[in-house]
Amino acid sequence: MKTDIILAGVGGQGILSIAAVIGHAALSKGLYIKQAEVHGMSQRGGDVQSHLRISDAPIASDLIPQGGADMILSVEPMEALRYLPYLSPNGWLITNTTPFININGYPEVDTLMAEIKKVKNHVAIDADTIAKDLRMPKSSNIVILGAASTHLSNIPYEDFELGIRELFGRKGEEIVSANLKALKAGREAKQQ
Amino acid sequence: MDTLLLLGNEAIAQGAIDGGLSGCYAYPGTPSTELMEYIQHNKEAAEKSIHRVWSSNEKTAMEGAMGMSYAGKRAIVAFKHVGLNVAADAFMNASITGVNGGVVVLSADDPSMHSSQNEQDSRMYAKFALLPVLEPSSQQEAYDMAYAAFELSEKFGVPIVMRITTRLAHSRAGIIRGQTKPQNKLHLPVEAKKFILLPAIARASYHQLVEKQSNFEKDSENSPFNAYIDGNDKKLGIIASGIGFNYVMECYPDRKNPHPVVKVTQYPIPRKQVEKLYNECDEILVVEEGYPIIEEMMKGYTNTTKPIHGRLDGWLPREGELTPVALYKALGVPTTEALTIPQIVQPRPPQLCQGCSHRDVAEMINGAVAVYGKGRVFADIGCYTLTKMPPFDTIDTCLDMGASITMAKGAADAGLVPAIALIGDSTFTHSGMTGLLDAVIENTPITVVISDNYTTGMTGGQDSAATNRLVNICRGLGVDSDHIKLINPLKKFAEENLNIMKEEMAYNGVSVIIAQRECIQTFQRRAKEKRKEKAAE
Repeated sequence: MKTDIILAGVGGQGILSIAAVIGHAALSKGLYIKQAEVHGMSQRGGDVQSHLRISDAPIASDLIPQGGADMILSVEPMEALRYLPYLSPNGWLITNTTPFININGYPEVDTLMAEIKKVKNHVAIDADTIAKDLRMPKSSNIVILGAASTHLSNIPYEDFELGIRELFGRKGEEIVSANLKALKAGREAKQQ
Repeated sequence: MDTLLLLGNEAIAQGAIDGGLSGCYAYPGTPSTELMEYIQHNKEAAEKSIHRVWSSNEKTAMEGAMGMSYAGKRAIVAFKHVGLNVAADAFMNASITGVNGGVVVLSADDPSMHSSQNEQDSRMYAKFALLPVLEPSSQQEAYDMAYAAFELSEKFGVPIVMRITTRLAHSRAGIIRGQTKPQNKLHLPVEAKKFILLPAIARASYHQLVEKQSNFEKDSENSPFNAYIDGNDKKLGIIASGIGFNYVMECYPDRKNPHPVVKVTQYPIPRKQVEKLYNECDEILVVEEGYPIIEEMMKGYTNTTKPIHGRLDGWLPREGELTPVALYKALGVPTTEALTIPQIVQPRPPQLCQGCSHRDVAEMINGAVAVYGKGRVFADIGCYTLTKMPPFDTIDTCLDMGASITMAKGAADAGLVPAIALIGDSTFTHSGMTGLLDAVIENTPITVVISDNYTTGMTGGQDSAATNRLVNICRGLGVDSDHIKLINPLKKFAEENLNIMKEEMAYNGVSVIIAQRECIQTFQRRAKEKRKEKAAE
C-alpha cells in the first residue's frame, strides 16, 4: 500500500509543515517515507512543491513518477494545476480556493475554478476564510491537510493529531490546540 | 534507537558526528547548506565542541579541514558543486599530501540547476584528483557512508569525496544510527614531510597516489555499498550509480528487475562486477545522475564495444536530473497518460521579498545608470541577482562568486566607464575583496555597491563574515576613505542616496558604496523570537 502526494504552493505558505505533520504521522505508524523538498532560490515567492511518498514497503525514487500521484494537495489554486501531469487518473486534487497573487497575468479566479472542476476527483475549499474564522489566519495549510485527511486512509485521524502535537509542541499548547481546530475544521468542511 | 527523519544533508551530518567528527568547515550553498546548519544546531556537536563556524569561502574551508587533519583529527568539508571550483587548488593538492586524520569532502551537485549556474559533476573532480568517491543512493546510505568514510580516508591516507545531488540532499527519510565513535586524539603525522609539497616530495607522493589506484578499485569491488544484482534477461545489463539506482528500481514496483544490475555507489567503479555484466549481457544501459562519466568510460573513444546506452545516445536525456519517467521510457515500462498543465497557469519565478533592501539598491542603481546608458552593471551571486527580473532589470552579468568587481574592472579597462559592480556582503568577503585590491592598485574608475544585509541571504540567512567589517576591509585594501560611502537604502533617503551614487560614478577612481539594511527575512525571524522571549517572561 503506497500513497504518493504532491504538495504545492508558493514559497512561505507552509507546505513543509503539512509534509512534516504527515511525515510524523506516517513514521509513528512504522511506515516508510521519502519526502523531497525545495530549498534555496525558488523559495523566494516562487512556486514550490514537495514530493511525499508513504508506503508499507521500502520506497525507491525520491520523486513521484508523472501520472502516479494519488493526491495533489495545494494551498493555492493555480499551483494545484501546475502539477496536474503528476496526478494519477484516479487521484484526488485537493486545493485551497484563495489565490496568492504576486505576479502579473494571474488568471481570473473563475477560469481557474473551471479548470479545477474538470479534474474527476477534486475538493476545493476556502481554507483562508475557515482559518480566519478560527482567528488563525496562518493555519490555512493545516485546514487543507484536514480536508485531505479523509483520503489518506492508511493514516488514522488520531495520528494527524499526534503529528500536529509533535510539530507544534514546542510552540505551546495554545498553538497546538488552534492547529488541531484547523485540522478538524478542514476535515468537516470537506465532508459538508 | 529511534528512527530519525532526516534530509540527505542532515543524515551525512549525523553520520559524520557519530563517526568521530571533530570539525565541519563549510560555506553556504544550495543544495549543501543544511549539513553545517544541522551540526550547528546539534546538541551533541556542541557537547563535543565540534568546530562548526562558517568559513569565508570554500577554499578556506578545505584548508581548515586539512589543518585539522594534519593535527590528527577528523574533518568534513561541505559546499555546493561550484564551491569545489573555489576550493580546487587546495582540493587537488590535498590528494597529493594525503591526510592524517580522516577528511571527507562533501560536494552537492545541482543537476537541472534548481539554484545554480551550471550542472557540473563533482565525480569529474574526484577523477581529476584521483580520489575515491562515495555516492549514496539513499538517506540511510548517506548516513552509513559518512559514518564509515573517515576510516576509509585514514586507511588509504587520502581525502574521500562524497558526492550527492539535489534530490538526495533535500529529501527526507527515516535513518537508523550506529554506535558513536570517539574523536581522534591530537597527533602529528608520522610522515610529517608529506604535507610539504616541494617538487621532490610531491613527485614521490604523487607516485604513491597513482600506486594506490588499484587498491581503491579493489576496495570498491569488495565494498558493501556496491552490489551485483542478478537478473534473467541478459539482453540488457544496467549499471546504475547513486540515486540513478532508485529510478531503475522504481520501474519495477515488485522490485523484481528482470535485468542484471551493477549498483555503483563507491568509485572507482568496481571492475570485477562491471566486467561480469559486460561479458554476460548483450547491451548495457548506464544510468547516472549528472554527466555521462561511466558511460564514456564504457564506450571508450572509438566506440567499438557492445552497444552502450545512456545519456549519449538519447536513451536518457543528455541534460538535467533523472526522473522516474525517463527510466520508464528507457526500459520500456508503460507510462500513464498524464494530464497536461492548463494554459492559464502562469510561471511564478522567485522574486525579491517585499521590504528587501536590494529593491531600493536596484532602484538607486537604475537611477544613476540612466545618466550614462544601460549595459554597465556587473552583478554577482546572491538574492540581488533577482534584480534581473521586472520591474528592475538592473543587472547585466552574473558569472561566479566575486566576478562583479573584477568584471567591472576589466570592462573599465576596456573603456566602459564608469562601470558598476553590485555585490552582497557575504559574497564580497567570499571572493570580492581580492578583486577590489586589483582595482585599487590601478585606481580603476569603478563604483562598487556592496548591498549589505548582514547575512548570507539566498541560502536562508547564515552568518556573514562581512558583518561590521566592511568599512575597515575597504580601507585596509586601500580604497580612499572619501570614496567609501555608507548609506541606508530606505525609501525616505532615496534622493540623497541617488545623488551619492551619481557623484561616485562621476569620480575617476575606485568608489565603494556600502548600502546597509538588515535582510527582511532575518529581521522578521529575530522579531518573532523577541516576541516569544517576551511572552515567556
